[in-house]
Amino acid sequence: MNDRINKLRDVTINLGHGGGGRAMRDLIEDVFVATFDNPALAALEDQAVFPLAELARHGDRLAFTTDSYVVDPLFFPGGDIGALAVSGTVNDLAMSGAKPLFLSCGMVIEEGLAVDTLRRVAASMQRVAIEAGVSIVTGDTKVVERGSADKLFINTAGIGIVPAGVNISARRAQVGDAVIVNGFLGDHGVAILIARQQLALQADVASDCGPLGSLVATMLGACDDIHCMRDATRGGMATVLNEFAISSDVAIHIQETAIPVREEVRGACELLGLDPLYLANEGKLIALVPARCAQRLLAAMRRHPAGTHAAIIGEVVAQPAGIVILQTEFGGQRIVDMLVGEQLPRIC
Amino acid sequence: MKYVDEFRDPDRARALTLEIHRLVERIDRTRGGLERPLQIMEVCGGHTHSIFRYGIHQMLPPEVEFVHGPGCPVCVLPMGRVDDCVALAERPEVIFTTFGDAMRVPGSRTSLLKAKADGADVRMVYSPLDALEIARANPHREVIFFGLGFETTMPSTAMTVLQAHAGHIENFSLFCNHITIIPTLKAILDSPDLRLDGFLGPGHVSMVIGTRVYRFIAEQYRRPITVAGFEPLDVLHSVFMVLRQIAEGRCEVENQYARIVPEDGNAQALSAIQQVFEPREFFEWRGLGSIEHSGVRIRDTFAAFDAERKFPVANLQFSDPQACQCGEVLKGLIKPHQCKVFGTACTPDRPLGALMVSSEGACAAHYRYARIDTSALTGRAVVRTGSAPAALRVQA
Repeated sequence: MNDRINKLRDVTINLGHGGGGRAMRDLIEDVFVATFDNPALAALEDQAVFPLAELARHGDRLAFTTDSYVVDPLFFPGGDIGALAVSGTVNDLAMSGAKPLFLSCGMVIEEGLAVDTLRRVAASMQRVAIEAGVSIVTGDTKVVERGSADKLFINTAGIGIVPAGVNISARRAQVGDAVIVNGFLGDHGVAILIARQQLALQADVASDCGPLGSLVATMLGACDDIHCMRDATRGGMATVLNEFAISSDVAIHIQETAIPVREEVRGACELLGLDPLYLANEGKLIALVPARCAQRLLAAMRRHPAGTHAAIIGEVVAQPAGIVILQTEFGGQRIVDMLVGEQLPRIC
Repeated sequence: MKYVDEFRDPDRARALTLEIHRLVERIDRTRGGLERPLQIMEVCGGHTHSIFRYGIHQMLPPEVEFVHGPGCPVCVLPMGRVDDCVALAERPEVIFTTFGDAMRVPGSRTSLLKAKADGADVRMVYSPLDALEIARANPHREVIFFGLGFETTMPSTAMTVLQAHAGHIENFSLFCNHITIIPTLKAILDSPDLRLDGFLGPGHVSMVIGTRVYRFIAEQYRRPITVAGFEPLDVLHSVFMVLRQIAEGRCEVENQYARIVPEDGNAQALSAIQQVFEPREFFEWRGLGSIEHSGVRIRDTFAAFDAERKFPVANLQFSDPQACQCGEVLKGLIKPHQCKVFGTACTPDRPLGALMVSSEGACAAHYRYARIDTSALTGRAVVRTGSAPAALRVQA
């Protein structure tokens, strides 16, 4: 490995690092191959190859997903674009019950990015990959002219294996199901808003960015028939619940007092006119599960570090189908709708 | 949250609701039965938002109804003015700055959000002072701030113009669309088909203009008014205070929001407004039409900071689509869901009428939070759209 390290002497990325020549090879070997450190990537082939028999040990279906990450700023309290790029794709796989195994990594770099920044991002990706038990086995690097991209964009695709008998889908919600969330909502959305520094606002809130594969494995151990599960990223919990209600043609009834939201996040939402139910999360999942296993599942989740503040927040009912209804802390009720566009602050 | 949760206490809400029920029974008894529900207009869009967000309307007896007033400045902005914004924003030398709410408001052709996507330099700011900063940082560009709102936002805009003037920031100007509440309330009260029994007065506006200015409502038009705060208990308490006035046969200006609103308003803010702005003869409102002296413009002293004088502004007028019944909703003649196009041709995704535009607009709030009558969750739910609501009853 050592011959690959310190080949790259440049301080900033230039167009030559995407040119396909020696500069690009130095970048790939010194930053990515050295950091991601696995034999499939080290082979430096155009693709990663893995034996089917090894995959089949984990289950009987392949799960495959992709996501692109363009977060600004690149570094924020609780995470960075690299941590996000691994945990986001790992979580998309895990929501099907799959065990995440392999990721790809496509980097689009704006010329002028500091090589050190890239090293930090790669190190962060590897840290989360180890935590999630996945390997980054193939990749691609492009460098674009200044202004053609904003610093760094990352695409990751992932492959996982769904265990036999696990069948999780947004269409499977049933009347009587319990609605479970694994912890505080809105941390990521508020952390990013504050990190952008456009608001004269300070709060001690870190992103919840993290992989959920291990929590999901624990959940599958405690409940043999999870009906629906999604991670509540853009659009927040409100969007996920609406997707479940529409896809399964049921109503979902939730209790505002049961929904875990940190004081700091509530405070920031009050000031900015935002609703925590719509804020982005990067380490939160919403699951609909049969009532019979809800309590056992909740107890198991709370014993897991990614589910310490898990809570049952509502239930699935029949009518009005396709609608999510919130019982407010004040004693009234309201519809929790899909967002029309991005959540914009109110003016008065 | 400290100092906020106290205003959302469900136990106190239950106690207040009980008092409200008792008051309504008393009014009903004294009048020998009510012919129609008592209508209370909440003037401010912030109250509309609270009512739906917390489900306050469902906690009142059926004899009390909210009528959602004109107090959402984004909603009442006429389409022609949005077109003018877009035309200004599309000028290559211009950086057009605006509050986030106004980005999505549709003009006759396009919105600021779409103009931004098409290449206009439109930037969202949280304060007009941010716009002034952008002007300082970009001396070779023209920075226009889209001034919008009632007396709530007017002082900060006025202060910004004063600062631009003092600092000789010549590349800053204001596209002024500020409106004033009193002439608008008068226009509503003068409407021949008025049915309102009382008002919840706007909280933030009153923090600036005080409460004395509402006396004409009580004295000339004989309607009770209570200036109200925005937390759910504030709103419930204010409804209680209006009903108590009705029960006791009083018509007065009461102040429920005294922790924020002084009787005389804020002298400094009023003086800044006075220095920078003067009334326009007329201002066009979406849904209400032209109202005398309901808008302000920049005084001649500060003409150099007036975008309308600095740049050509077409000032075209467009009438609302015929199918829209925004005016009738605003006057309390119909409820949002009784409009012919509510939830069908007019939705928050594709707003046709003014009140569907911003989240504080009566129809948008109604659509978003209450298009289904959830009070009957245990029994039936009624889907509310403009077309044949009865036919869409869903059995649980």
